[in-house]
Amino acid sequence: MISNNIKIKTQDLNVYYGEKQALFNVNLDIHSKEVTALIGPSGCGKSTFIRCINRMNDVIDICKIDGSIKIDDKEIIDNNVDVVRLRESIGMVFQKPNPFPKSIYDNISYGPSIHGLADNKSDMDKIVENSLKKAALWEEVKDRLDEPGTGLSGGQQQRLCIARAISVNPEVILMDEPCSALDPIATAKIEELIDELKKSYTIVIVTHSMSQAVRVSQRTGFFHLGKIIEVDTTEKIFKNPGNQMTQDYITGRFG
Amino acid sequence: MTKEERIKKRYNAEKRFKLYGITSVVLAILFVVFLIHVIFSKGSSAFQKTTINVELNFTLDSLYLDPNPSKDDLENVEYYDLAIESLLKVYQVNGLKEEKALINLFSPDYEYEVRDFLIKNPEFINKKTILKLTASDDIDQLHKGNYPRHLPEDRRRINDFQLMMYDKLVEQNKIDKIFNNYLFQKGDSRNPELAGIGGALVGSFFTIIITLLLSFPIAIFASIYLEEFAPKNRVTDFIEININNLAAVPSIVFGLLGLGILLSTFDLPRSTPLVAGITLALMTLPRIIIPCRASLKAVPPSIREGALAVGASKVQSVMHHVVPLAIPGTLSGTIIGLAQALGETAPLILIGMVAFVVDIPSIPTDPSASLPVQVYLWSEQAERGFVEKTSATIMILLSFLITLNFIAVYLRQKFERKW
Repeated sequence: MISNNIKIKTQDLNVYYGEKQALFNVNLDIHSKEVTALIGPSGCGKSTFIRCINRMNDVIDICKIDGSIKIDDKEIIDNNVDVVRLRESIGMVFQKPNPFPKSIYDNISYGPSIHGLADNKSDMDKIVENSLKKAALWEEVKDRLDEPGTGLSGGQQQRLCIARAISVNPEVILMDEPCSALDPIATAKIEELIDELKKSYTIVIVTHSMSQAVRVSQRTGFFHLGKIIEVDTTEKIFKNPGNQMTQDYITGRFG
Repeated sequence: MTKEERIKKRYNAEKRFKLYGITSVVLAILFVVFLIHVIFSKGSSAFQKTTINVELNFTLDSLYLDPNPSKDDLENVEYYDLAIESLLKVYQVNGLKEEKALINLFSPDYEYEVRDFLIKNPEFINKKTILKLTASDDIDQLHKGNYPRHLPEDRRRINDFQLMMYDKLVEQNKIDKIFNNYLFQKGDSRNPELAGIGGALVGSFFTIIITLLLSFPIAIFASIYLEEFAPKNRVTDFIEININNLAAVPSIVFGLLGLGILLSTFDLPRSTPLVAGITLALMTLPRIIIPCRASLKAVPPSIREGALAVGASKVQSVMHHVVPLAIPGTLSGTIIGLAQALGETAPLILIGMVAFVVDIPSIPTDPSASLPVQVYLWSEQAERGFVEKTSATIMILLSFLITLNFIAVYLRQKFERKW
């Protein structure tokens, strides 16, 4: 079950927001085709960390990154890296579902169309259908693809966002607390979906819910105050953590 | 204070606050109603003009014409004689003084009205017809009931003979009120009954088109760049402060700028819609940039992130997702900026649009009037006829402004995506 193929390797990653340092020497390996959960109290840097992987932090003017992140042995913290290509291969799902204010179809077809993944309409139809199927949304929306994506329920919107992310054939999917705005039933559906998706994608998920980390992930990293305290298999972290702080956090003594 | 008392006090405070609000709204409505009432009651009569029915006999003899006259021949006839003769046939006058008083019942352009009729309808040669000739300003105002006829003769411009003639005309049903086509067809004139806003309408139209063409694209690109692409640093902060300051600069200052730079340095033609348009575009720019930036800012950042995360470039995320969402705010901001520019007077005065221009401009580099300046010019005139013309022009200007604002509301609702 535990894979040994390292997909993403970060070394001595330091991130600064202006004067403030948000991440301190993070060294973390993310393995291919499994789910890595990142847990830790609010403000510990887990979101900052995953936003480094697809260079989403570039949007923030004052953010400075140094250190190294290698994806398949290719350095991405480098000005010569084309972030557009990078983000094509690393999809992202956000905390709050953020479908475009367009139709369900257009939400999915946008990515493939700007990257030229479909030669004609029937190709595009195929991509849209497959993406929605992979996101377990096809059955619910197949008859109303031209309706606005924002008209779906919260859970459906989030699956639409997952479908949007996989429409461009990424290798990695980053999820930043994807269930924090959803009810338990919608959350259960997304978790099921994550389980299914890990067969084809490498998934990194930030979560506040430790039970969610246990349910969906094979590996867990614990962040605290911008440092990675401990990373190991999920089983080990939750049954027998190597660090007292991890122990305190997962038993609810702080956080 | 007991709890009961405190609750009562709180309710009273709420009632008071509501009352203040309602009073303010009612007051504001009263002011608007009063304003509109004044303008309408003064201006509505300008949409009609008084005419006097005159029977004319276009015999070749009286026109001193050969049979089958050409258009040139018709243009050169002395219609004054023809008109006066036919008038004298109807109303017997004694002496030149009375003849002059009689002819002064008409607008000075009555000869041209007769000529234009005959050139347009040459089949009336050798025939009789009744023409409605435009009455002079004084008769016009007298007929509309705005003239103080009870004053002693030496204090009015209409003498007793003319009053008598007027009463006789009324008695014989030879005086009429018809739609004032001159109001829209003619340019400015020294005679109120012949003055129209045709020149001002065309001038304002050219001006606003030039303002739109210049300010809209510049404002859009400036606001998109500043809001989405520019780094946030001292330079952009400085630019932002200056844009806000420029929006608050009195419009007359932009007039001085137009005078100093466009007219003096670049030698552009004075009193033209071209210069007016450029000047107003400068004035309107910050007023469009501010609402455009606000509507761009109102687009939730999650939309930008969503687009970037599927691998859209910065330009793609802005053009495909942010700008379409900002369109309603952008358009209504632009239209409201243009509406302000349309009503602007002070800068136009400085660039010479107060000149007395009779001709209707055909290109933007022709000297021209504009609606708000026409209001200003006519409001200074002493003749009674210009009072109603002033109000009528205000009515037309206001109706354009209201239309523009409605278009803004309509566009905002049409493009606003509620999903």
